[in-house]
Amino acid sequence: MEKNIEQKLERVLTGPKFDRRIRIRNFKDRFARYGISFGGISVITAVLLIMFFLVYVVAPLFTSATVEKHSTFNLPGSTQDETLYYGIDEYKESAVRFTESGQLIGFNLNNGHVITEESLPLNGAKITSFSIVDESQNMLAFGLSDGAFLVAQYDYKVTYPNDVKTILPEIKYPFGEEPVEMANGAISKIALRLSDDSLVVAYQEQGLTQIQVKSYTAESSFLDDSLMLSEEGEAEFEPKVDVAHVLLDGSMRNLYLVSKSGETDYYDLSNIESPELIQQVSLLSQNDSISTIRFLLGDYSLMIGTEQGFVYQWFPVRNQDSVFQLQKIRQFKSSNSPIAMIAIEHARKGFATIDQAGQFDLFHSTSERHLDSFEVDPKGLSFVSIMPRANGVLLETKSGKILTYNVENEYADVSFKSLWGKVWYEGYEEPSYTWQSSSASSDFEPKLSMMPLTFGTIKAAIYSMLFAVPIAILAAIYTAFFMDTKTRQWIKPSVELIEALPTVILGFLAGLWLAPMMEANLSGFFAILIVVPVGILLFGFGWSRLPKSIRLLVPEGKRTLLMIPVVFLLGYFAMSMDKPLENTFFNGDMRHWLTYSAGIDFDQRNAMVIGFAMGFALIPTIFSVAEDALYNVPRYLINGSLALGASSWQTMVGVVLPTASPGIFSAIMLGFGRGVGETMIVLMASGNTPLMDVNIFEGMRTLSANLAVEMAEAEVYSSHYRVLFLSGLALFVFTFFFNTLAEIVRERMRRKYSSL
Amino acid sequence: MKSWFNKGEHWIWFSASAVSISVVLVFGLLAMIAYKGLLHFWPHNVYDYQVSHSNGQIEQVVGELHDTKLKLVVDEEDSTIVHEVPEYLIKTGNRDVYGIDFKWINSRDLNEGATTVADKITVIERYQWGNVYGYLESLTVNGETIATGEEVEPVLQDLAEKGTALHEKIHHIEKTVMGGINYKIEALRLEQKKLESEDEYDAKTEAEFETKRAALNKEFVELQASMQILHDKADSLGEVTLTIAGNQKITVKIKQVVRFWQPNNMSLLSKVGFFFSSIGNFLTEDPREANTEGGVFPAIVGTVTMVLLMTILVTPMGVLAAIYMSEYAKDGPVLRLVRISINNLAGVPSIVFGIFGLGFFVYILGGSIDDLFYGYAAPSPVFGTPGLLWASLTMALLTLPVVIVSTQEGLSRIPRSLREGGLALGATKLETITRIVLPMATPAIMTGLILAIARAAGEVAPLMLVGVVKLAPALPIDFNAPFIHLENKFMHLGFHIYDVGFQSPNVEASQPLVYATSLLLVVIIVSLNLGAIMIRNRLRERYKSLGN
Repeated sequence: MEKNIEQKLERVLTGPKFDRRIRIRNFKDRFARYGISFGGISVITAVLLIMFFLVYVVAPLFTSATVEKHSTFNLPGSTQDETLYYGIDEYKESAVRFTESGQLIGFNLNNGHVITEESLPLNGAKITSFSIVDESQNMLAFGLSDGAFLVAQYDYKVTYPNDVKTILPEIKYPFGEEPVEMANGAISKIALRLSDDSLVVAYQEQGLTQIQVKSYTAESSFLDDSLMLSEEGEAEFEPKVDVAHVLLDGSMRNLYLVSKSGETDYYDLSNIESPELIQQVSLLSQNDSISTIRFLLGDYSLMIGTEQGFVYQWFPVRNQDSVFQLQKIRQFKSSNSPIAMIAIEHARKGFATIDQAGQFDLFHSTSERHLDSFEVDPKGLSFVSIMPRANGVLLETKSGKILTYNVENEYADVSFKSLWGKVWYEGYEEPSYTWQSSSASSDFEPKLSMMPLTFGTIKAAIYSMLFAVPIAILAAIYTAFFMDTKTRQWIKPSVELIEALPTVILGFLAGLWLAPMMEANLSGFFAILIVVPVGILLFGFGWSRLPKSIRLLVPEGKRTLLMIPVVFLLGYFAMSMDKPLENTFFNGDMRHWLTYSAGIDFDQRNAMVIGFAMGFALIPTIFSVAEDALYNVPRYLINGSLALGASSWQTMVGVVLPTASPGIFSAIMLGFGRGVGETMIVLMASGNTPLMDVNIFEGMRTLSANLAVEMAEAEVYSSHYRVLFLSGLALFVFTFFFNTLAEIVRERMRRKYSSL
Repeated sequence: MKSWFNKGEHWIWFSASAVSISVVLVFGLLAMIAYKGLLHFWPHNVYDYQVSHSNGQIEQVVGELHDTKLKLVVDEEDSTIVHEVPEYLIKTGNRDVYGIDFKWINSRDLNEGATTVADKITVIERYQWGNVYGYLESLTVNGETIATGEEVEPVLQDLAEKGTALHEKIHHIEKTVMGGINYKIEALRLEQKKLESEDEYDAKTEAEFETKRAALNKEFVELQASMQILHDKADSLGEVTLTIAGNQKITVKIKQVVRFWQPNNMSLLSKVGFFFSSIGNFLTEDPREANTEGGVFPAIVGTVTMVLLMTILVTPMGVLAAIYMSEYAKDGPVLRLVRISINNLAGVPSIVFGIFGLGFFVYILGGSIDDLFYGYAAPSPVFGTPGLLWASLTMALLTLPVVIVSTQEGLSRIPRSLREGGLALGATKLETITRIVLPMATPAIMTGLILAIARAAGEVAPLMLVGVVKLAPALPIDFNAPFIHLENKFMHLGFHIYDVGFQSPNVEASQPLVYATSLLLVVIIVSLNLGAIMIRNRLRERYKSLGN
């Protein structure tokens, strides 16, 4: 019988069938090993990919511009005739060269073939002065030898004959082809600005020293869509300086008369009939002189190129007396040769320079970046123009060639300094940290400073930690050390339940219930901070005076239950103190008192609301980890201390806390990490204004809330988009760092416990 | 006393109170949400206030009392005395007549004893323009008055039920049947575009498409005709005229009536009945009036679909990674580093996952999918825009650390002896894992999953970027093949709270609804969490016996 089984077993466990089964099993096992390893590793990599993806998106922000030569060809038209302006289409296909003799030569930008040739309707006069009215609209003004001026605009038409995209340049004359009569003699200097319905022009006649200003109103004509000008006001005055440049800014109110050496008269044209000299200033240091001067995009900042190779940016700034004064903002330097010309971008505050030595330089003003620099032609350059989408430049050499370059320079407006340092933005009174990512106007200077957001993030986290840490740590101490097991069993999950509450609900309650309530009962909330601790103290002391029989009803481990109604009543009492307190100390309304008597700004959704609401959300994180650390302190240490006669609190302070301090530290770190990243509560209850103010009664905007607000509408792969990713990366790195720190500290502590 | 302080007794009291404060806060909060949320469903009494104005006129204000605030008024004779005067926020309804739903009245302006419970007042909930508060006057059908005064109520009851039935029918045809046809027509259009882009759209297929389209269009027109009949039927139900405060008359078409009730004349039992039917409506109806009225059904469906999809995605990923890390990977500094990193990912702000989802899933992955497969649909994106799939994937990534950590913990709790036993009996490693280790770790995996689901259900910030919208035109799951539409945008309970609470034009009116939605979300999440805790406790007991 036994042998029979053995034989059966033998038969089953040997033979090809069995071998095959084993083989299949082993194959499955091996397959699974590789499969699981592969799957596991890919999941882990995918998860870790997040960080690399953030870096991948952010990285292009800090790359320099790349400039590549695209084409070279001979200058279309006469080389003797000086170039005044190049109008270039957005597709980089064609351009029109405006020359001093009034020639308009349209040519292909890839090969230099001339497409069109015409000339300005000058009525036999000569161009004696030239001014750019609006660079992004390609609007130009010409002052003529017969005292008239002509406004012309470059435009282009896209057509598709035979399904081939063809771009044809077009020249428009918004005020008609007839030059507008203005002065008697030739106009040697002109500055002209245009708004929807008015036109202001400042000019100087040849041979005269006076400056004339005239304003016109523009009305659309009945016959065609051209505009009719009718004169409205004029003035004439004697400048204090030897005028070399006449510049009128985009607001049509500020007129700058600049001499060769940089002496400047700053006139206010608010009243066109009586221009007011408000400042006389020298734009340059001694023994330097101006080689070229123009406005940056937006026609607010003056860009001054000098003989010594500097570029200075000046703009009017309101001083303490509310008077605008020209002020030097920043300077750029690239070469030692005189700056020959400055060209500006059409949509950003970027500019390019060429110098006498033939060097080309690319800058961005707000971010103060020097993006590229190279020598083009040692014989020198005569003209530079940036293409409308800032994706190319056109250079004209003195030897009669045109060079075009492709430029990749998407993120010029962001630099480390503009992200983290103070930047003096146009129209601001001083350098500041500002976040203002978008605006309706097209020549808007984006203000992408991370400082207010980082500040807001830390402010929100710190105020909420102020509320959460004491409560969470004290609660952890009691729960771990004093509380009896039975109570602990339900108390711990109850406190941890907070973690499960969706933050959107906490945010909603904070924003729509707590914030208005706090505003109405401000002194009540402050009373809580005093009434509750004092009340607890008195109650505790009173309890110790009670007869033993009553005291023993509630053992030390159940005091929490006793305190629940006490705390509730104390809170209620403090809130009911609100009215009497406000009446006694704050004339009946603390909020009113704060704003008008104490001069403290008050927002309904402020840091105090955030402190309470987010602090509440942080309690379980801190509590849970700290409680764990305290609870796991080896029992014999405690017993030893108690046996030596220490009271239970003395044991707590002398033995348990020092042993568990790393755990408590990591609990606080974890809480801080969570506070930094919390989004919904801050989004809903902080007001979201990017302020930098520690005031507890004012709101803030945090990095995370800013992401939630702006991410969806940021244009993909724009600077704004990448800066938002940068703030995401900052959040990631920040929380990752704090969490790792906490984790390492805890790991150490665990090892210490196991060795004790 | 000194010794009391020396012994640190006061600190023990403080620490005990800190626990109490936390407990009071948690349960206070939950109680408040529950109270305010449930209050939304209860039929409130409607009061009649007589407000006298400074010019001697007396205005009648009828409505529900919503809020009371104390306003400080300086005494007219002695400016040092400040009186507290209660002000009442009254929901007066009748938005189409008054312009707004709410009115503040000052208790000082109330005529003495003029606050009465309005007898026989009727509240009508309408599909548009909110509630009507008024006294039933008459009921006309086709210009004929068929009931006046006391008789109106039973007739109205009857007609309103008919109206509701019709409304449901119309709604069904509109959403499901017509929606289905529209879906097919759209699919046909895309199919044609696709063929055109591949140059395979010849005359034969064109004819085929045309017949299909004609058939669908015909069906559509027929449906429209039958809809018209239903609409006419609904129109012919008649209209009811009510007298509202200020002796104005308001006429409400029966087809506009969602339901009506007379709160002041309801018995407690019928109030309870109303309460539960309100809850039912809230859970099953579509939102109305820019989400500020009606139910949250699409948001529930959206949340559940997203969470289920996320669970399907996160389970294999999380379990696989955890098994690899604890069973296969070689222990060493690299593994420790990976483990810490994954642990820490759980603490990375959710919004960071949101921007990752938007930047990577939507723009890069979705964009590539569109380029590869949906080039014919350009320029309108299919997957290159936020949607259900990307939201679920983002949430899966967000909750992955939770699942991995929890599964790993479960795996590490299984005694080594069990694995060794399995191996010693000749089982391969795979067999040991699938037959012994995994079944025993199921509770841990379940715990992890439930926690993940709870987190995903409550998380809003990342979803705002990757697919949640305030009002989705269609549900993400319906009866049109393929039944689940991964590219659709969807609604979500959490976002609903944010949107209605903060973005709606009528915050005051919608607050009760937000409380109700919050309550629903809290109930879902707290019960999920309690489930996880129970499973965890049971699991611990099980291994306690194993350990011995």
